[in-house]
Amino acid sequence: MIRRTLTWAALISLAIFLLAPFVWMVLVSLHPAKAPIPDYADLIPKDPQWKNYALVLFTPEVPVTRFLVNSLVVTLCVVLGQLLVTSMAAYGLARVRFRGASTVFGTFLASMMFAGVVTQIPVYLLMRELRWLDTFAALIIPGLSSAFNVFLLRQFMLGIPFELDEASQMDGATHWQIYWRVVLPLCKPALATAAAFTFFAVWTDFFWPLLATNSMRMRTLEVGLSIFKNSYGTTNWPLQMAAAVVTLLPMILVFILAQKWFVRGIQMSGIK
Amino acid sequence: MKRSLVGWLFVAPALLHLVVFALGPILYAATLSLYDWNLLKGDSRFVGFQNFTRIWEDGQFAKALLNSALYTITSVPLGIALALAVALLVAQKIRGITIFRTIYYLPAVCSQVAIAMIWIYIFLPKKGMINGVLGWFGLPNETDFLSTPGWAMAALVFMSIWVALGPRMVLFVSGILNIPESLYEAAELDGATKNQQFWKVTLPLLTPTTFFVGVTSMISAMQVFTPVYMMTKGGPEGTTDVVGYHIYSAAWERFQIGEASAMSLVLFVIILALSFGPFRAMNKQVEGAA
Repeated sequence: MIRRTLTWAALISLAIFLLAPFVWMVLVSLHPAKAPIPDYADLIPKDPQWKNYALVLFTPEVPVTRFLVNSLVVTLCVVLGQLLVTSMAAYGLARVRFRGASTVFGTFLASMMFAGVVTQIPVYLLMRELRWLDTFAALIIPGLSSAFNVFLLRQFMLGIPFELDEASQMDGATHWQIYWRVVLPLCKPALATAAAFTFFAVWTDFFWPLLATNSMRMRTLEVGLSIFKNSYGTTNWPLQMAAAVVTLLPMILVFILAQKWFVRGIQMSGIK
Repeated sequence: MKRSLVGWLFVAPALLHLVVFALGPILYAATLSLYDWNLLKGDSRFVGFQNFTRIWEDGQFAKALLNSALYTITSVPLGIALALAVALLVAQKIRGITIFRTIYYLPAVCSQVAIAMIWIYIFLPKKGMINGVLGWFGLPNETDFLSTPGWAMAALVFMSIWVALGPRMVLFVSGILNIPESLYEAAELDGATKNQQFWKVTLPLLTPTTFFVGVTSMISAMQVFTPVYMMTKGGPEGTTDVVGYHIYSAAWERFQIGEASAMSLVLFVIILALSFGPFRAMNKQVEGAA
C-alpha cells in the first residue's frame, strides 16, 4: 500500500516536472504583447490575448506560413526518399546476402559514430560548389539516407521467413519484385517506425537548415523560430511563447498519434 | 543476373549517399585542415600541419574541449541514472502507465529551439519558474542562472536531462521487460530483497542497454550545439563555450575554414576513440543475431 502510494506520488510529481514548462509557455503566450513578466500569482491571464497567435502567424516581417510550407515539403521529401533508399539497402544486406555485404553493413554501422560536426564544412562547400545553397536541394538531398534506418530495417527484414523469397523465385519473380511486392509490405511496422523517427529528426533539425539557407523564404520553421527571438526583441515574452506554441502544437499532436511506433522501433532494433 | 551484382545495385543509392555525405567529407575535411583559408577572402594557402599547432595556442580550443568533457561527464551519468530510475517506475504493470510514458517522452520530440526559448524563461532571475519557487520559500531568488559563470553550465546540464529523459527511459523499459520473470522468482525463493534483486539481477542484465545508451548519449553530448547557440552563445566568460559551438563560431562567424576543419578532426578522432570499443562489441552482438 505504501509502495503504491509512493509510486503514484513519484509518477505524478515527475509528470508535473515535465509538463510545467509547457503549461507555463501557454499561459505566458496569452498575456498582452510586451507585458512585463508575470508573477506566479498573475500567471493565469485575466484577459487572454488569443490575437497573439494571429500576430505570430501573419506578421509580414516573419513569414511563418512560408516556414511551415518549407518544413512540410522538406520533411515529406526526406521521409519518403529515406524510406526508399534505406529499405533498398536493407533488402540488399539482409535478403540478397552478396559477398561483401557484411563489410558494407559494418561501414554503415560505423558511420553512425561520426555525426555532423566533422562533415558540416565539407558538405556546405559541396553545396556551394553545386550552387544549391538556399534551395530545396540543399535541404533535402543531404538527408536522403540514414545509417540508423538501414540498420533498423535490416534487423527487421532478417526476421521475415526466407521461404517466401524462395517460393517467389520459383515462380520466376526477380529480386526487385520480391523486394517491392513481398518483403516491403511485410515491413510496414518497421517502415512506420523509421518514418516516425525520421519525421521528428528532420522537422526539428536546426543546425543544417541554419547553415544551408539564408533568405527568409527558404527558412524552415525551426530556424524561423530562432529568428522570432531576435525580431520580437528578447523581452517580448508573450509573442515568443506564442511562436513556440505554434511550432510545438503540430508536433505534439503528431507524436500522440504516432507514439506506439516509437516504442516498437526501439524493441525492433534488437538492442536488449 | 549475378547475385552479387543485384546486391550491390540494391545498396548502391545508400552507399553513394554515404560516400558523398559522410566518408568523402571526412577526407575533404582532412585536406582543408592543411590550408589557411578565410572563406570570405577566398584565397587559400597550403600550410601543412600548422593549423593543428595553431588551434592550441590561445588555449580557447582546449578550454572548449574541457567544457564539453564537463558537460558530458555530468549530463550523461546523471541523465542515465534518472532514466533508469524512471524506467523502473514505469515498467510496472499499472493501469494508465502508458500515459505517463507518453508525458515523459514529450520533450524529446519537441523543437529544440522552442524548448530553449521556454528554458531561458525558466532560468530568469526573480520571476523565472525556478526563482519564482525559491522566492515562495523565502530563499534567494535573484540568481541569473544563464549569466552567472558557476551556474550556466549546470543550467544546460539540468535542461539536457529533462529533454533526453524519454528515449533513454524507453530503451531501459524495453530492457527491463526482456528480463525473464523466472529470475526474479528464483531470487525471491532465495530470500533476496527487492533492493538485492535490483543490484544482482536487474542491473547486471541491463548492461548492454546501459552501454548503448551511454555511448549514444556521449556522442551527442560531445557535439551539443543548439541549446548553447540559443541560450548562452558560449558565455558567460566562455564557461559554456563547448566544442560544437566553438567550431561553429570558428567556421561561420570568423570564417576560418582551415582551423575549424582541424578542430573538427580532433573532435572526430576523440569521439571515434571513445566509441570504437563499445561499437565493436555492439556490432558483434548484432552480427550474432543475424
